[in-house]
Amino acid sequence: MSECVFRTENVTKVYQTGDVKVFALAGVDLELFAGEMTVLLGPSGSGKSTLLNILGGLDHATEGRVWFRDQELTDMPDRGLTKYRRDHVGFVFQFYNLVPSLTARENVQLVTDVSPNPMPAEEALALVDLADRMDHFPSEMSGGEQQRVAIARAIAKRPEILLCDEPTGALDSATGVQVLEVLADINERFGTTTVIITHNAEIQRMAHRVIQFQDGKISSVSTNEERLAPAEIVW
Amino acid sequence: MQALDRKLLRDFQRLWRQALAIALVLACGVAILLMALGTYKSLSDTRETYYERNRFADVFSAVKRAPEHLIAELAAIDGVWAVETRTAGSAILDVPGSNVSVTGQILSLPINGLPRLNVPIITTGRLPDPVSTDEVMVNANFAIANNLQIGDFFFANLNGQKRQLTITGTAQSPEFIYTIGPGALMPDNATFGILWMPKPAADAAFDMTGAFNDVALKLTPRAQEASVIDAVDQLLDPYGSLGAFGRDLQISDAFIDSEIKQQRNMASILPPIFFGISAFLVSMVMGRIIMLERSQIGLLKAVGYSNVEICLHYLMLAGLIAVVGIGIGWVAGTWLARYMATEYGQYFDFPFLIFSTSLWVYAASAIAALLATMLGATQTAIRAARLAPAIAMQPPAPPQFKRSLIDRAMAAMRLSQPTIMILRSLIRWPLRSGLTMLGIALAVATIVSPAFFPPSLEKIIDSAFYETNRQDGMLVLSHDMPQVVLETVAALPAILQTEGQQFHAVILRNGHREKRTSIQASHPATDLSRVMNNDGHQVAVPPGGIVLTDRLAAHLGVGLGDTIDAKFLGGRQETHPLIVTNTIAQYFGIGAYMDLDYVNGLLRQSPRISLINVSLDDAEVLDLHARLKDIPNLASIVMMTDTRRSFSETVEENIGMINSIYITIALLITIGVTYNGARIQLSERSRELASLRILGFTRSEVSYILIGETMLLAVLAQPLGWFIGTLIAANMFNSFSSDLYNLPLVIEPAVYAKASFFVLLASFASVMVVRRSLDKQNLVSIMKARE
Ligand SMILES: Nc1ncnc2c1ncn2[C@@H]1O[C@H](COP(=O)(O)OP(=O)(O)OP(=O)(O)O)[C@@H](O)[C@H]1O
Ligand SMILES: [Mg+2]
Repeated sequence: MSECVFRTENVTKVYQTGDVKVFALAGVDLELFAGEMTVLLGPSGSGKSTLLNILGGLDHATEGRVWFRDQELTDMPDRGLTKYRRDHVGFVFQFYNLVPSLTARENVQLVTDVSPNPMPAEEALALVDLADRMDHFPSEMSGGEQQRVAIARAIAKRPEILLCDEPTGALDSATGVQVLEVLADINERFGTTTVIITHNAEIQRMAHRVIQFQDGKISSVSTNEERLAPAEIVW
Repeated sequence: MQALDRKLLRDFQRLWRQALAIALVLACGVAILLMALGTYKSLSDTRETYYERNRFADVFSAVKRAPEHLIAELAAIDGVWAVETRTAGSAILDVPGSNVSVTGQILSLPINGLPRLNVPIITTGRLPDPVSTDEVMVNANFAIANNLQIGDFFFANLNGQKRQLTITGTAQSPEFIYTIGPGALMPDNATFGILWMPKPAADAAFDMTGAFNDVALKLTPRAQEASVIDAVDQLLDPYGSLGAFGRDLQISDAFIDSEIKQQRNMASILPPIFFGISAFLVSMVMGRIIMLERSQIGLLKAVGYSNVEICLHYLMLAGLIAVVGIGIGWVAGTWLARYMATEYGQYFDFPFLIFSTSLWVYAASAIAALLATMLGATQTAIRAARLAPAIAMQPPAPPQFKRSLIDRAMAAMRLSQPTIMILRSLIRWPLRSGLTMLGIALAVATIVSPAFFPPSLEKIIDSAFYETNRQDGMLVLSHDMPQVVLETVAALPAILQTEGQQFHAVILRNGHREKRTSIQASHPATDLSRVMNNDGHQVAVPPGGIVLTDRLAAHLGVGLGDTIDAKFLGGRQETHPLIVTNTIAQYFGIGAYMDLDYVNGLLRQSPRISLINVSLDDAEVLDLHARLKDIPNLASIVMMTDTRRSFSETVEENIGMINSIYITIALLITIGVTYNGARIQLSERSRELASLRILGFTRSEVSYILIGETMLLAVLAQPLGWFIGTLIAANMFNSFSSDLYNLPLVIEPAVYAKASFFVLLASFASVMVVRRSLDKQNLVSIMKARE
């Protein structure tokens, strides 16, 4: 068994809106391992994004504890979390979230400017097969291309962890497959621990492990004996 | 270059119109600060240096005739560092080539060269030969204005004799930086000149041998001016002292001083207004940008940018606006300061101008502007940095509109839906609406407040020149003369009417309160020079008392029926008790009025006059000038018609320039406020407006919402602007009021109309520019775009 990267212990997240308490997470115990590709599945509102945000250091848990390797993230102050994100985590979001006033290359440089050991932006874009679109602005690219820029941006810092919240959510299936191929390739090549949230049950078949969410809790965990290559997935 | 800096530059490029609109307002503040501070500094530095180098005196006194042995006693007064005495007098000059009467102020020079105090600077030529009787040095501007060269000559009527005087040199003097002749409202170098003449020659002309009639004293650094003045008065009183005074009453210095103060006031009042508006605009625009960039801010945080870096990023955006504003402000301010310097060159006679729009003034204005923008940006930038990274990933919750009483009222009034949208948004952001209104109101006030000057000046000019002083000319006699001189004057060409008057330098006292002023004594029912109340009624000056202007009465703390002591200076120095028979409101001066025969009786003298007011037949005026040059015993001539004309011309010229500067400034403020306001509205409402279009509203119906909100605010701002403008004007007028004059606030509705016209026009033009981009918007892309 490989090394444990993330460990959570009874993590809860409560949102208080007026008099109503919403339990976004209601006690999550979880371990994620180095080099592993995990898919998070679950109905809308079941707490997947909330967990991902907590793992990525974007948010704090209300209760429970979270570790990244030996580092406890639970009560880490803002400054520490910023450094943690800067040094270790890459994010990919459903709506790409590129800076519209920067070109593809510059969007990647936004990250390489502040990370300790980045690859050149050009190399990252070549990895997602966008070497020839480097000087295009987001408004000049398709959704799939924009998402690939977002992935290049996430991997350019050579992160240990890649957290993807519905990376194919806004894409058609052919483009989605391209994006998944990039993710699988990165995971293979660099051994990057990868977490992918998706609503698409088919995608689970390319993961090492699949975690099912229901009402803020993990309802089941399964391991794929046989993984599919992204190209074999259709939806 | 870092990618984040690229983003900064590109964002700035995209926002350049809004940024420029703000930068221009900021530039106004920088430019005015630069100009006012620069002018203030250069005027006060120049004055100080000039005074120090040329040993400008601290205390001055005129006296009828004091023997020279007093010099040692004056020098012995505690606190006196140096004494300079001289013979001073006035004479009518006959300058070849000039067909008007010219007045010369004659000052004696010590036989051993330059005086020790109030040292003139010789600009060309040399001092007159000490033993000559026909050589003079004149002030340089007089020579220039009359086209006189060294070696040229002119004539002066000295002691009843017409004498030819040759110019040996030209000079400037710290005593006459503002070279204003007696009775004039403004310097006129063509008709008033300073003549330096060797002491023996001047003494002969004014019968001062072995004596002096003018003294200047320089004090030691720690001397008490008031006690020196008392001591000087005591020494000179037996010899007909006219009362010693400090620099504050020295005419030239008083004028420069008021100009310096005005610049300082300007530097402290106007720029803060501009900086305040800029700060508001920056905060409004930055607030919107940060709303729009929430997800980008979230992204920056997610990839590891720190709070400080994000805060700095947005501060730098504001900083770029400041840089542009400062740049434009520096250029405009340098130009304005230059303009002011040439203006001063026209009115003030400085030998040099320490034009020190020095580095620190530039630096100070830049720092002030930078602080203002940072003030506006900091709060929003910190808000950006504080956004929780996870929350920043989601679109902002729509603003909460609550159904209020106002909504019910609007519903009851059956307003159209677009109108309700306008009103609701105004109420939804009351602070923003309020500040926008305030900004527009300040623009209105910027036009309104200076626009009150012309009608007010017109009013006091009218009162002083057309109601009170209706004479065409004043002939000032070199000493009091019997009343029969009127007959001689009446026989001169062009003279239609003559009236005699007596002027007396006095000190009026009530207990420990006293004021040095002059009494004007006339016959009852004079017609040319009348005693008028502000309300336009002639006031009777009955024998047996004195009439005071109310400012003077207030200063002395007396009212109707009280008794004051009047010490008549320049003669036997008698003190007489006088009953205050009336107090009157007047715009000009701190005058006091008495009946001529009563004064003659009091002073036990035969009927005599010191000044003749005349009305003239224009056709023969040149003949009169030709004759006046030969008449003995005339000290000076004031042609009131010329004075009136040149004063009005100068006022008009300056007011024209000032008005166009202020209108420009008001337009810049209006554009800055309304353009940015409309732009932000458009950005907030683009989705809403696009939906309306899709629902079938026409383009003009939709733009009505956009134009309506801004124009509604602009219209509502008008009365507020009138009010603020009037308030500022009232305050300024109050601060300008002095012993010299009192500006009445004349409210002219046309002023308000003009201001509103310009501001509403500029507001409308600004929204129309924004409307154009509304028309160009692509409905589909707006609806698709994620906020
Ligand atoms: N800022 C918030 N304030 C209040 N409630 C919140 C907030 N963020 C999330 N929630 C609630 O927490 C619960 C979990 O949300 P979360 O975004 O983690 O769900 P999800 O599994 O990612 O759903 P989806 O698949 O739709 O993205 C939801 O019920 C949501 O309404
Ligand atoms: Mg989610």
